[in-house]
Amino acid sequence: MAAHELRFPVSDPGEILKLHAGDEVTVQGHILGIRDRTQMRIFDEGIEPPLDLAGAFLLHTAPNVRKLAPGRYEKLCIGTTTSARMVRFTEPLGARYGVRAICGKGGFPDEAIEPMARLGMVYLAIVGGAAALETTQIEEIEEVFWEELMPECLWKFRVRDFGPLTVGIDAHGNSLYHDVQAAAAEKLEEIFARF
Amino acid sequence: MSVQEANVQEARVAAPAGPLREIVTDAASHLYVWALKDIPQDLRDALSEARARETSVPGRRVLETIHRNINIADAEKNLVCQDTGIAVYHCRVGEGFPLHPARIYEALRDGTARATLEHPLRSNAVHTLTRENTGPNIGYRLPIVHWEFVAGWDGLDVKCVPKGSGSENMSFLKMCVPADGVNGIKRFVLESIVSSGGKPCPPGIVGVGIGGSADYAMYLAKEAIMRPIGTRNGDALVAALEDELFALLNETGIGPMGLGGDVTVLQCHIEHADTHMTLNPVAVNYQCWAARRASAHISAAGAVDYDREA
Repeated sequence: MAAHELRFPVSDPGEILKLHAGDEVTVQGHILGIRDRTQMRIFDEGIEPPLDLAGAFLLHTAPNVRKLAPGRYEKLCIGTTTSARMVRFTEPLGARYGVRAICGKGGFPDEAIEPMARLGMVYLAIVGGAAALETTQIEEIEEVFWEELMPECLWKFRVRDFGPLTVGIDAHGNSLYHDVQAAAAEKLEEIFARF
Repeated sequence: MSVQEANVQEARVAAPAGPLREIVTDAASHLYVWALKDIPQDLRDALSEARARETSVPGRRVLETIHRNINIADAEKNLVCQDTGIAVYHCRVGEGFPLHPARIYEALRDGTARATLEHPLRSNAVHTLTRENTGPNIGYRLPIVHWEFVAGWDGLDVKCVPKGSGSENMSFLKMCVPADGVNGIKRFVLESIVSSGGKPCPPGIVGVGIGGSADYAMYLAKEAIMRPIGTRNGDALVAALEDELFALLNETGIGPMGLGGDVTVLQCHIEHADTHMTLNPVAVNYQCWAARRASAHISAAGAVDYDREA
């Protein structure tokens, strides 16, 4: 299990292909915060995102912030939410907008494996609940779009040493979540047979 | 009732409850923020033990990150987790405590709101249909309070347990039949935790409620997650089931954050009630690794003793 450092947004899709399920990833550069309502606006209401998502790293979040001035926010506590609710946006995020990485907690179900392999995308697992650490790795909230969706706006963060993240689903058709569930199902059969 | 009597009654109800109500309000406000920032020692110890015994690479990475996160929350005085949760309190009210539970409830609600506004904390409370925010972590029937009344005592114990939604969403109820027996209970708990995978932020506390009725079983499961880690049910049979389930759950290999490993749960706590001869309810309520909890003991005279470990 290798360790990688990646800068986002990525311009070379080959960077994503170097990542394999279980690898460790640390992220530099810029990442975008999104959540349920942000993506419902794009895909269910058909409103184009206000910035280019090509090569982007998306984080499933709704940060605790303090408003300083119109459009300017200070971070208070930024953590990550459960990804599984938002799995249906995976394919269109990759196919239409060229998103390369989706980061959240708890993983994506198996339906994300095929589109991620076809479109060259990865799911990166963060440690859910580790918000105090995550907050220190977000250097600044640089821009906020769709403030009326607060806190489910589209957030642009500048990050430094963001991680460690674990490749949960890679672009080669592998999912740690699938493997763990398959092994657990076998284990349960063995346990039940003992009853 | 005469007009005069009605006026007297109204006056009595409207009378300020005095300093004790303010003391309980202050305590609730303090407990909510404290619980979110400073997790109890028994939990810190359990997470350290988990880090020592985990062998999978992603699992060790997760537990090491959790350890770093707790230290940073301490150093920066920041929240351990961004989800400020739904405010849940557990109250043990002595029969001689000089503030009525109706006023205690008002104080808990006011304290929750004050903490949310003054810190400030993210407010999560919404109307369940419109999804519109209903206030600073308060609303209709929010916060949620579990009550216990104690004879022959004049104190009040308040425990605040802010409950995150990632783990609360992983709650399950099954009305097993008596013929399913204890194995039916074990099977359901195991299947619930395996199917939850990484979503409830494992490794945490699996709360199990058995017996009673459908609603009471889930209530008991929530009581179970509020206990300090590793405390055992007073009934030896139930305690043995806690030990057995703890071992079995850790055999599943779900691991920290569902990435695979040896540590799937920190503990399994069970609360039980006697039930109907044709019922065998089992409820599962999960508490994430950031199992936040803080208590205050309040005397009849208004002395407050804060206690992170209760």
